[in-house]
Amino acid sequence: MKNIRNFCIIAHIDHGKSTLADRMLEFTDTLSGRDLQNQVLDNMELERERGITIKSHAIQMEYTHKGQKYILNLIDTPGHVDFTYEVSRSIAACEGALLVVDATQGIQAQTISNLYLALEHDLEVIPVLNKMDLDNAMPEDVKDQIVDLIGCNRDDIIEVSAKTGYGVDNVIEALINKIPAPTGDPEAPLQALIFDSIFNSYRGIISYLRIMNGEIRKGDHVKFVATGKEYTAEEVGILKLKQEARSVLQAGDVGYIISGVKSSKEVRVGDTITQVDRPCANPIEGFTNIKPMVFAGMYPVDADDYEELRSSIEKLQLNDASLFYEPESSVALGFGFRCGFLGLLHMEIIQERLDREFNMDVITTVPNVSYNAYTIKGEMIEVHNPSGLPEQKYLHHIEEPYIIAQVISKTEYIGSIMKLCIDKRGTLKNQVYLTTDRVEVTFELPLGEIVFDFYDKLKSISRGYASFDYHPSEYKPANLSRLDILLNGEKVDALSTLIHRDNAYDFGRKMCVKLKELIPRQQFDVAIQAAIGTKIIARETVRALRKDVTAKCYGGDITRKRKLLEKQKKGKKRMRQVGNVEIPQQAFLAVLKMD
Amino acid sequence: MAGIYIHIPFCKQKCHYCNFFSQASTKHKQAFILALLTEIELQKDYLNGEEIKTIYLGGGTPSLLSDKEIKLIFKKISNFFEISTAVEITLEANPDDLNKEYLSKLKGTKVNRLSIGIQSFHDDDLQYLNRAHRGQQALNSIQEARLVFENLSIDLIYGIPTLNHKKWIENLNTVYQLNIPHVSAYALTVEPKTALAFFIKKGKYATVKDQSVIDHFHILCDVMESYDYEHYEISNFSKKKYHSLHNTSYWSGSKYLGLGPSAHSFNGVSRQWNIANISQYIESLQHQNIPFTREILSKQQKYNEYVMTSLRTIRGTDANYILQEFGNDLYDHFLKEVAVFLNDKKINRAVSTFTLTREGKLFADRITASLF
Repeated sequence: MKNIRNFCIIAHIDHGKSTLADRMLEFTDTLSGRDLQNQVLDNMELERERGITIKSHAIQMEYTHKGQKYILNLIDTPGHVDFTYEVSRSIAACEGALLVVDATQGIQAQTISNLYLALEHDLEVIPVLNKMDLDNAMPEDVKDQIVDLIGCNRDDIIEVSAKTGYGVDNVIEALINKIPAPTGDPEAPLQALIFDSIFNSYRGIISYLRIMNGEIRKGDHVKFVATGKEYTAEEVGILKLKQEARSVLQAGDVGYIISGVKSSKEVRVGDTITQVDRPCANPIEGFTNIKPMVFAGMYPVDADDYEELRSSIEKLQLNDASLFYEPESSVALGFGFRCGFLGLLHMEIIQERLDREFNMDVITTVPNVSYNAYTIKGEMIEVHNPSGLPEQKYLHHIEEPYIIAQVISKTEYIGSIMKLCIDKRGTLKNQVYLTTDRVEVTFELPLGEIVFDFYDKLKSISRGYASFDYHPSEYKPANLSRLDILLNGEKVDALSTLIHRDNAYDFGRKMCVKLKELIPRQQFDVAIQAAIGTKIIARETVRALRKDVTAKCYGGDITRKRKLLEKQKKGKKRMRQVGNVEIPQQAFLAVLKMD
Repeated sequence: MAGIYIHIPFCKQKCHYCNFFSQASTKHKQAFILALLTEIELQKDYLNGEEIKTIYLGGGTPSLLSDKEIKLIFKKISNFFEISTAVEITLEANPDDLNKEYLSKLKGTKVNRLSIGIQSFHDDDLQYLNRAHRGQQALNSIQEARLVFENLSIDLIYGIPTLNHKKWIENLNTVYQLNIPHVSAYALTVEPKTALAFFIKKGKYATVKDQSVIDHFHILCDVMESYDYEHYEISNFSKKKYHSLHNTSYWSGSKYLGLGPSAHSFNGVSRQWNIANISQYIESLQHQNIPFTREILSKQQKYNEYVMTSLRTIRGTDANYILQEFGNDLYDHFLKEVAVFLNDKKINRAVSTFTLTREGKLFADRITASLF
């Protein structure tokens, strides 16, 4: 156990986490150049393309130092704000962390929040300055930031170029010399932390774990504490480039267990595994039943594909337990699902995976958060969909979720960023100058304001420089109204939104204007109305199409026109009908495209 | 029946609304004619020896060709194709080219029909369109042409912002008074990437109003009907026996060979089109290669084209023909989709033939797309 080092890497997107990991794997001969499909750890196509890690991964390296053989377990962490809880569980499985900072960019908001997580868990932090090979590296400035942040010695910061391999040897040595070996009692009752799970179509769910105390053997009768379910350990092993079965895993080890679990819902990240016969007294601290924060409807583009969509979502859920779904139907969109996500990026990822891995074309409705609605009888109803809000007369009040958001930016953009946050009903909680030209502001904001377009706006007002991170805080009473959209007098349920009363008029007006752009002219006038309750607050009209005919149709016009009309026909087939009005798919996301 | 279309890609100046392929310079005319002659020979088998019933010189501005050049082209064609004795040979001409001298020279060629780009008899409309001629020239050219050619057609454009109802009626009355047997009347269409589209976007030119187009269309139908013209296709009107054979061939699925840059050909199975670039066209033919792209039409595409073209004509779309040519499924599909338009009186049915009503003609595209 004294020769085991368990560590993770904390870095902002694109600061070179995966490249550094690859270099370490090469350096320790865990894999050779030809195994290397650029960034081994990001093995989903989507992960490689976006340069972010969506799932945690783990890999074991061996390295001989001063005649001693060391086992280095790298536990990779998901790289996005939506996955903070998963990150915290990966961190809990480690004794140390590499803090990788891009020498050309400096510290970003997300790095800081993950760093705080690491410090909370008493991890030994090894600062690494990456991309030293680039001409625009500013090592001195960035070192200042790092020293300010973690109070280390300047000399402790390791200069690296993951691209060229420069400095990787120093990183490995620091891992061995500085990170403490795991502590834990091999004789104590089994206590293992699940930090991730993946789905394998032959073996079912494979759980990744870190043994904190005790040991686990193949064939052991084990219990998952949070779910209370019991299984037999069909196989245990360690994680090399491929899984390697072992007869036993002991305190300090990182590995996997296959125990015949069929559904990802039975394996919760952060849960504790123990022996049925000799259970541990307490589960590992920090387990949280995470709840989806953002909800949206997902409907098949072609209504006939409903069953196919269901099976695709089911399969996705097998390796993504944080995806929630339940059947839902909409007058406008037919049968589909209300899906819950950890955040906006998570939603985007699911949408893209449905498209790439299952070839499913879906219409996604405008996302919203989960509200708590209290009726006059004192009941609390969780509302995942604006149209599920109880009628006004039964409604006592609504509460909405708030988040604490950290934004780091150059000082020159801070004015616009503050204005944006205040416009989004934020309250300033803190403001810290990290260096003379970098400032961190902390805001408390309603999550509902973030799910629309906050992130895009933040990026655009800061020319891409601001970085953003958040974590949920609490539910607070909200002055919200449901804004409905009516087309020729018929309510389009999929277009309803919950909106702060002060913004409702402006929002309703913009929504009508945007829909006017998106709804094509039909054979009759289409009235677009925004309403709160029975009160109409805005109106636009799409005038009837009075003619639609090509003047000329000779030689080349025939091909051109035929293709055009074929396209028109195809588009029409994909439109949805409410009453007599045909609505194109883009209209259902109109709210995201408003200025 | 088969036809030949020849694209003459030169103009004196570009009309603002025009999106046809042409160049406002005759610099490459000589080389172009040589290339064209080569293409004629290379394509001698395209129509499978079918008799040629119509030849059409379009453009661009074919009246920029001299009589000698026209004779050269026809000689080459008659060397390699079987020409019907009743062949219709049309030349598109601009009024500003049709002087006495040119007309008498044209008489010496095999051209037996002129299609004159009049567009309007009013100067302000012609200016809006950036035409090279004036109203008076338009009148004169027709009167001169009358003396030489009996078979005349003119093009008119309606919906021009400068054209009011009164002026439009005047234009149509002039057609009648000059006893012109064939008229193509087109709604002004703002095609993307044209000068007109640009000027309208910039606010320099008035926009084309749907309401004027609709009003003008109704006036057109009423006036032409009162003068006994047959409305034989959405944009075409003629006296008895003066239907354009060439245009009709496009709407009846006949084979045609298109020659010259950007010209389209159709042999019943595939459609192909030459490159829309004069220099590349010339250069390629210097190496005996025709630069074209081809598409093979699927059954669905053939059905789509049949519906799209036939529905525009007085002959209409024949459900029995659909059954015969395209089978049960498309026949059932057609009858199912057409029902709504019969119901709201956009389409008339006579036994198995379906034709657009006047109101239906205004929605021909939308209706066609629904029937696909």
